Amino acid sequence: MTITALPILIPFVLIIILIISRSLVFSKITSIVGSFGLLILSMIIFYKVNKLGFLVLNMAGWKSPYGITLVIDFMSSLMLMVSSVIVFAIAIYAYRSLNEEKQVTKFYVFFFSLIMGVNGAFITGDVFNLYVWFEVMLISSFVLITFGKSKEQLEGGIKYLALNLLGSLFFLAGLGLLYGKTGTLNMAHLADILRNDHQAILMNTSAILFFIAFGIKAAVFPLFFWLPASYHTANITISSLFAGLLTKVGVYAFIRFFTLFFVHDQAFWHQFLLIIAGFTMIIGGMSASVHYDTRKILSYHIISQIGYMIMGLGIYTPLAIAGAIFFTIHNMIAKTNTFIVAGLIYKLKGSFYLKDVGGIIKQNPVLAILFVIPAFALAGVPPISGFFAKFILIKASIDDSHFVIAIIAVLTALLTLYSMIKIWNEAFLKKQPDNEFSGQNTSLSFLDMLPSIILGTISILMGIFAFKVFDFTMQAADQLIEGTSYINNVLNR
Amino acid sequence: MNSVILQIAARYIKALLVLFAMIALLRGHNYPGGGFIGGLLAALSVIYYGFAFNVRQVREKLKVNPATYIAIGLFLVVLSFIPSILNQLELMQGVWLKVQIPVLGELKLGTPFLFDMGVFLTVIGVTFLFFFSLTKVE
Repeated sequence: MTITALPILIPFVLIIILIISRSLVFSKITSIVGSFGLLILSMIIFYKVNKLGFLVLNMAGWKSPYGITLVIDFMSSLMLMVSSVIVFAIAIYAYRSLNEEKQVTKFYVFFFSLIMGVNGAFITGDVFNLYVWFEVMLISSFVLITFGKSKEQLEGGIKYLALNLLGSLFFLAGLGLLYGKTGTLNMAHLADILRNDHQAILMNTSAILFFIAFGIKAAVFPLFFWLPASYHTANITISSLFAGLLTKVGVYAFIRFFTLFFVHDQAFWHQFLLIIAGFTMIIGGMSASVHYDTRKILSYHIISQIGYMIMGLGIYTPLAIAGAIFFTIHNMIAKTNTFIVAGLIYKLKGSFYLKDVGGIIKQNPVLAILFVIPAFALAGVPPISGFFAKFILIKASIDDSHFVIAIIAVLTALLTLYSMIKIWNEAFLKKQPDNEFSGQNTSLSFLDMLPSIILGTISILMGIFAFKVFDFTMQAADQLIEGTSYINNVLNR
Repeated sequence: MNSVILQIAARYIKALLVLFAMIALLRGHNYPGGGFIGGLLAALSVIYYGFAFNVRQVREKLKVNPATYIAIGLFLVVLSFIPSILNQLELMQGVWLKVQIPVLGELKLGTPFLFDMGVFLTVIGVTFLFFFSLTKVE
């Protein structure tokens, strides 16, 4: 079905339109309309997947293990939908926030090529194709990070590019070993071979190479250094886009690979993933608590939250996988929202440093509410989305008697709460200190706050209708763990 | 650089390279070659000319913005998808149109060529963009 390829084709067509476009307003309107179209499309796809279970497209008519296959299952469709929501919000946000910089029209070209890469990674059913989409993402995100052409952006961008290229190298090496041993790169075919093979333990070499590659992408414990070094340098619009999408693609690849075909030697891998998850959570949370730049605090929190998702994968019960997916969805939305609010604080006050700003609660009470929603969502305060995400994960870990990781998860939630309260105290409650920023008196229009309002509403709705969202994630998790229906649908048996 | 030998050679090599690029593009369906290699060769002819003479002159002579090449190329790629969708085949599946030409015989026109043509123009555009950006620093 052609609709399966549309999440890639629509950004592709938008890129063509935006390359020719010379008018800034036209580009901005096109990007908003286009991303709204993507949102509608992802909803249609979600509805279809709900009805049919799988959407499979064999590109150019080459049947499954031979050609490139695009597969949308429950998890892919959920991820597509959430990423489209974020893209839509960022497109609105960019309408107001990107004005002075040169070549803003070029920004939109790479904005959509990044989205093409992300969507492609979500829907591909072929390991090499996944590598290609990762590269598309990497190149466009490098251009976006260094967009302002300042010295520190170039420094951050080069660190980002260097470490991620290393990740790509490991990816390619793992992929080569995988192909050498099995003779196929189609995910369903790989799963079919490896699930029924008693020598699958030989796959550990390529599994560990993939672990490093995705670990760098997802910024897990020993491999996360590029993230805090680069995210705070980019323009805040771009940081909020990255915060929502990039690392989560790594998490998606983790979940896909380690539920579909790297399912051998479970005792080792799950223990390993849990240890990594614990360290990622604690170190991310603790590093965040020492910083006073909002962007740095939030960047370290991206890392600590990645830990929760890996934790769900490490426990590996249907409930835990469902929790990991729930957490990923909640986190993509809440994290983007906190970055957007940080951008609004900057617009209001002219600084990202907590020492410089203060008194926002009096100056702009609406912004205070907009901050509280995603902050409480991240910290896990009921009834907002984060509470249920953490609750599911911790319940799953206790059910499966992983008590240490449960304690770490609770402690990290406290650390997150501490950081959020720090931002709240410093930026909102404290009196504005006397400095060059105290004179700043920009007001925010409704359009500035609209993306944050949209994302905040979704966070709250996800909390209120948590049981509904949980049903969907549970279905996705069941589909992932079972696996045979994926194989049969793709290989057309 | 001002070398007479290079300048005279460039004139002839330019034409040869374009011809060679076309051959590479056309035979690409079943043999080594295709849009990517053809595009590189075609761009190379202009770059060589630019080195022999003057980059700025070449840029003015080209008139078309490199980004336009990229846009047209990508547009052709999208265009090549449409016949497969209209014929209700899988996306990107080849659709062939047979044309009878009186003297030469049968000519087969297919969407893979349209796709290759798109790649050809995109590669030319990207290579020009690299070339012009790198030679700007003078």
